[in-house]
Amino acid sequence: MAETSKSLQAKEKRGPLSVAEQIDQGPTFTPDVDIFETDGNIVVVADMPGVKPENIDIDLRENTLTLSGKVSSPEGPDEVDILREYETGAYFRQFTLSEMIDQPHIDAKMTDGVLRLTLPKVKPVAPRKVKVKSK
Amino acid sequence: MIIKNSLDNLSRWRWDDTFEELERMRQEIERLYQYPAMKLFKGPSSGVFPAITITEEKDIYYLRAELPGIKADDLGLSIANNTVTIEGERKSDPENENTKYHRRERDAGKFSRKITLPVQIDESKADAKCSNGILTIVLPKAESAKPKKIAITAV
Repeated sequence: MAETSKSLQAKEKRGPLSVAEQIDQGPTFTPDVDIFETDGNIVVVADMPGVKPENIDIDLRENTLTLSGKVSSPEGPDEVDILREYETGAYFRQFTLSEMIDQPHIDAKMTDGVLRLTLPKVKPVAPRKVKVKSK
Repeated sequence: MIIKNSLDNLSRWRWDDTFEELERMRQEIERLYQYPAMKLFKGPSSGVFPAITITEEKDIYYLRAELPGIKADDLGLSIANNTVTIEGERKSDPENENTKYHRRERDAGKFSRKITLPVQIDESKADAKCSNGILTIVLPKAESAKPKKIAITAV
C-alpha cells in the first residue's frame, strides 16, 4: 500500500512511566519504540538519540526486556541557553515478552541514535512420542 | 454600637483569612513549580518538528536537534542571512505482509523548519555534524553583528 508522506508532528518527550528507581541525576525519558513481529523474530526499534552504542544497556531476564541508555550533555561548559525545546536525559524502558526468545542469538544494532533489537523466537519443541521398550 | 463594631470586625477578619489561605496555596504551588520534575511539562514548544535547542558561546551559536534515524543524506540544511532552514524526511522501515505490529510509536514523514536567529550568521564559516541521531550546527556570528567597543573620549 503506497502512502504519501505526511508532515511530521512535533512530540513532547515522555517522562518515565514509574517515578521510582532513578539512581542517576537528571531527567529520564521513555524512548519511542516500534515493536513488530516477523516470521521468526520479534524486532524492537527504539529512538534513543544522543546515546553512543557503548552506553546502551540491554538486559533480558525472566521475560523482562530492559533498555537503558545514558546520555552525556552535548553542550560545552561555556554555552548559555537561548532556547531549549527539549531536555537531554537518560532513556529507560521495560517490556514483558510473552514468547520464548533464543537468547544467545539476540542481535542489537545501533545507528543514528536508533537501536534495533532482533530477538529470534524459539521454536516450540515438537512433542515427541517416546517408545517404551519391553524387555 | 457594640454590635456594629463587632460586625465590622467580623467581616474584616474573614476577608483577611480568605486571602491568607489563598496566599498559602499560591506559595505551595510556586514551590511545586520549582521542583525539577515539573520542568518536564513546561518546556516551550513551537509544535513543529524537530525540537531544537539553541545555545550561545561568545560569538558562536550552536543549534542542536534530535533527529534519530535520519542520516546526513536525508537532511537539507540552508542558511540565509539569519535564518536557518532544516528539512528532510524520516523514512519508516519497509514492511512486508508478514509483519505484525504490536506497537507503533515512531512517526515517519517529511519535516521542515525555519529558525530565525537574533543576529546575522557568517554562512561561510557554518558547520553541521550529525552523530548518534543528534544534529549539531555551529553558526558563527557575522563580523558585522559582533559588538564593537567604542572608545569614550573625556572632554
